[in-house]
Amino acid sequence: MLRGTIARFSSTVNEDDMAFYSTSEFKGGLKIMLDGDPYNIVENEFVKPGKGQAFNRVRVRNLKTGRTVEKTFKSGDTVEAADVHDTDMQYLYNDGEEWHFMDPASFEQMTADANAVGDAAKWIKEEDICRVTLWNGVPLSVDAPNFVVLAITETDPGLKGDTSGGGGKPAILETGAVVRVPLFVQSGELVKVDTRTGEYVSRAKEA
Amino acid sequence: MPARDDWSACAAPPVLSARAEMLARIRAFFAAAGVMEVETPILSHAGATDPALASLDVAATPVEAGAPPDRRLYLQTSPEFPMKRLLASGSGPIYQICKVFRGGERGRRHHPEFTLLEWYRPGWDDGRLMDEVADLVRAALQRPTLPMERVRYRDLFREVLDLDPFTAPVQTLREAAITAGIHDADRLDLERDAWLDLLLTQCLEPRLGRSAMSFLCDYPPSQAALARIRPAGTSPDDQAVAERFELYIEGVELANGFHELTDAAEQGARFAHDCAERRRLGLAEIPPDGLLLAALEAGMPASSGVALGLDRLLMIAVGATHIDQVLAFPIERA
Repeated sequence: MLRGTIARFSSTVNEDDMAFYSTSEFKGGLKIMLDGDPYNIVENEFVKPGKGQAFNRVRVRNLKTGRTVEKTFKSGDTVEAADVHDTDMQYLYNDGEEWHFMDPASFEQMTADANAVGDAAKWIKEEDICRVTLWNGVPLSVDAPNFVVLAITETDPGLKGDTSGGGGKPAILETGAVVRVPLFVQSGELVKVDTRTGEYVSRAKEA
Repeated sequence: MPARDDWSACAAPPVLSARAEMLARIRAFFAAAGVMEVETPILSHAGATDPALASLDVAATPVEAGAPPDRRLYLQTSPEFPMKRLLASGSGPIYQICKVFRGGERGRRHHPEFTLLEWYRPGWDDGRLMDEVADLVRAALQRPTLPMERVRYRDLFREVLDLDPFTAPVQTLREAAITAGIHDADRLDLERDAWLDLLLTQCLEPRLGRSAMSFLCDYPPSQAALARIRPAGTSPDDQAVAERFELYIEGVELANGFHELTDAAEQGARFAHDCAERRRLGLAEIPPDGLLLAALEAGMPASSGVALGLDRLLMIAVGATHIDQVLAFPIERA
């Protein structure tokens, strides 16, 4: 429902015709503009004395910096809506400076810089479908798929024992990321990794 | 629209029965006290003029035979006006348990439709009514030894914030809010009473009702709402105050009471002031209740009255942290 609302706004927003939210529409996940930056509402608390002025005490996360701050609004005030929405895009290639993505439905292509791609750069490889957050139509951040399957390019040969418990060993993956893998996993093998924690999940047969 | 799997009740079965039992205890309390239960209309031709309240309306629905289709009826924000008309009609002491509606109010302790217990005591002042509110809460919560205290609005601000809420200029209030670490206090654009409300809700309310029922009383005249003003005394410390009180338990505001304004001319002036404020703030115009003014002109007995939020009282009774935990179906599932 939320995404539908924002999509409707984004289709009508231009510099002369901005969309606004009233504090009564505030809820977790709403995207608003504050001091020129897009923010995501993390938590909204409505406070009101028995009679008199109500306030919204709001925790918001800056979508550019990731920092969370608290804000106090007088209830009834309006805030500019941020034209921010998520879309699934296919990662095409990196040209050395920027990452190129394509909308699989419209074939429209976009580029994201290192700032937007952030940690996802460690995990994604060509043809992966990524969640791209767009701000005014430009990639603001990129989330790698929750799980990726990648080949190990380099790891010490397992010495002895064949247990998946214990300390494991570092392995360099084809994207350059380093994860800890069990001793029995060898170079050239495929492994499944949880990109949210950066942890090895299992060996994999194929991507 | 609610999703299909939102059909089931939010409140757990023990909470539903706690509500039923609490309502039964409240009705028994008033039966023993000789206060009559009444019902008044939920829909009215008049709404609440208070700029801080958003009356919900039922528009374009010809609910009355022959009425033009654009006739607006308002859902009550409290049963105060018709209950005062009953007092003026000679009802004697009365209480009501009813649903009230306030637009735009949603949060951990707010729901746009909630259950209010409101009662009136002809011939009583606000001090005597505070004592009865304490007794009612003890009975409803089954905590017969719960102590009560009275805290004067002015004393609370002086003790905690070291400022006089009756006289401090806006800049002093802003600085107190900044010192207290209220976010954006340096740039919020608020009027004087709103600064007091901000300091009260952010800094002072959490201290109230921690070991007792706290009755915050003797409000600034600018926050009288529908309370009488007690004129200033002879000592410089004895300023005019609004005879209004609020009950807090565990930092939660539960009830608002007044030594009621019964002067029709003064009531008319407050309506006019509210309407002017609404226009200035660009809020919806709300027709004031002319029938209340007529009742006051005819003569309403001097009375004290109080409205107590039963959903919040139930939250305290069952230890709920969110109002949805005590509602069968919150608005998102309604």
